[in-house]
Amino acid sequence: MNKLLKRCMIFTQGFLSVNLLWLIGYLVTDTKVIPSPFLIYKNFSIVLTDHMYLHILYSLRRIGAGLVLSLLIGIPIGILIAYSKKANLILYPFIYFSYPIPKTALLPITMLLLGMRDGSKVIIMVLVIVFQVIVSVRDSIHSIDKTMYQVIQSTGASKLQMLRHVTLPAILPQLLTSLRVSLGTAVSILFFVEGYGTTYGMGFYILDAWSRINYIEMYIGIITIAVIGFLLFISIDYLAVKLCKWNSSMN
Amino acid sequence: MLIIDHLSVQYKTKNNISKVIQNLSFNLQQGEALAILGPSGCGKSTLLNTLAGVMTSESGKIDFITNNQRQPLSPKHHRIGLIPQNCGLLPWKTVRENCMLALKIRKEQVSELQHEIITSIYKALHILDILDKYPLELSGGQVQRAAIARAFILQPDLLLMDEPFSALDEITRAEARELFLQVWKQQKPTTILVTHSIEEALYLGNLIFVMDSNSGVIKYQMCNAYFGELYPEKMDYLITKQLLREQLMPLVERKDTIE
Repeated sequence: MNKLLKRCMIFTQGFLSVNLLWLIGYLVTDTKVIPSPFLIYKNFSIVLTDHMYLHILYSLRRIGAGLVLSLLIGIPIGILIAYSKKANLILYPFIYFSYPIPKTALLPITMLLLGMRDGSKVIIMVLVIVFQVIVSVRDSIHSIDKTMYQVIQSTGASKLQMLRHVTLPAILPQLLTSLRVSLGTAVSILFFVEGYGTTYGMGFYILDAWSRINYIEMYIGIITIAVIGFLLFISIDYLAVKLCKWNSSMN
Repeated sequence: MLIIDHLSVQYKTKNNISKVIQNLSFNLQQGEALAILGPSGCGKSTLLNTLAGVMTSESGKIDFITNNQRQPLSPKHHRIGLIPQNCGLLPWKTVRENCMLALKIRKEQVSELQHEIITSIYKALHILDILDKYPLELSGGQVQRAAIARAFILQPDLLLMDEPFSALDEITRAEARELFLQVWKQQKPTTILVTHSIEEALYLGNLIFVMDSNSGVIKYQMCNAYFGELYPEKMDYLITKQLLREQLMPLVERKDTIE
């Protein structure tokens, strides 16, 4: 309980300090681009009825699809290159080379191949997230203590049982940590991929308000997307605490 | 009964093959506890890993006789309990889950009677109150006792231990050894214990082998009269200890000068 209270305190302090900076910016610059925070919060309730939930749902669906696909592709590949020398020999150079390439630069290609709808949006998400998943799975498998396999192997466990009882639980903490980072990136990519071929999504909402020079709506969009990003962040944290009870360093 | 016949094991690395064990043969009767002493790097852990089915042998045979049936030793056919140096408890499972994992993997039904035996093992090793804790929450001694419980719950045909007490402090170690022996005497599984402590070998092995520092050659073996005696204050005991030390010592010295 104490921990929760502490987190709430940190949250409130962070929230207030950001808003304070914003207020100072407003007072110092005197431009329409930085409106008063009070003006924005006053209008907040009105615009929340403005189908905001639909925008949020669309964005979350894209992030969710990208995340699930990345896990489905990334975990098996990570396991494969960690355990199989041959697979590592073939795949690792490819991954090593592609990891630092900015995947958003591939947007025109995915767009041409998959069209303007959600297909290309989700694929860009996957391209950004999947490499982090692969690398973190591979690294965490490499750091598993060998004796854990020995003990379970000596009881006659099959490969599949070893995967289930040793490998999968062992990769979970680091996987969740890397997912937390990936999710942050995924939210920021929303701007990119929701700038075309859709009329729903948080990214679209902000870009649309921006192009209409409606700064109040634009700021409301920015605040909403920030809150969504923050909520995703905490939910992964929560998941990590729940699923990795055994790992005292996670709590 | 364990029969090891001309066993050779080697490690392959990229550039060379190092033969860790060469032509090792010995028999171990049912219910005997063999303590293998040897300097580090002599191949005693390799021997245990080979017996546990983790490493494959290069040549030779390892057979095990249970119920008058002679079969090659294998984790699939035989119950092999392994207690490695760091205990090897899975940190993401509670003590109870760790203890029951082997039975779960072998898909064995746990009968009422077995439940009672398991509970008595928990009780004997004083881990009843930590069954729902995770290994990272435990002290070294508790982890040790949990690992011992896990090995005995399987009711192993062959029990393998790799310096299981070396990470503990003196007092905890003495307690853990005593509890171990108490449970061991109830089941009497055929046991191989690998250690570099002469006192431990004299306390826990009714047979003692001394391994040479290379090729896993057994250069000295003896029956131990002091098996299970904690602090025998007999003249002979000290002489035996000295004898074993001499068997071990020259190698250690030679190794030191090389390094």
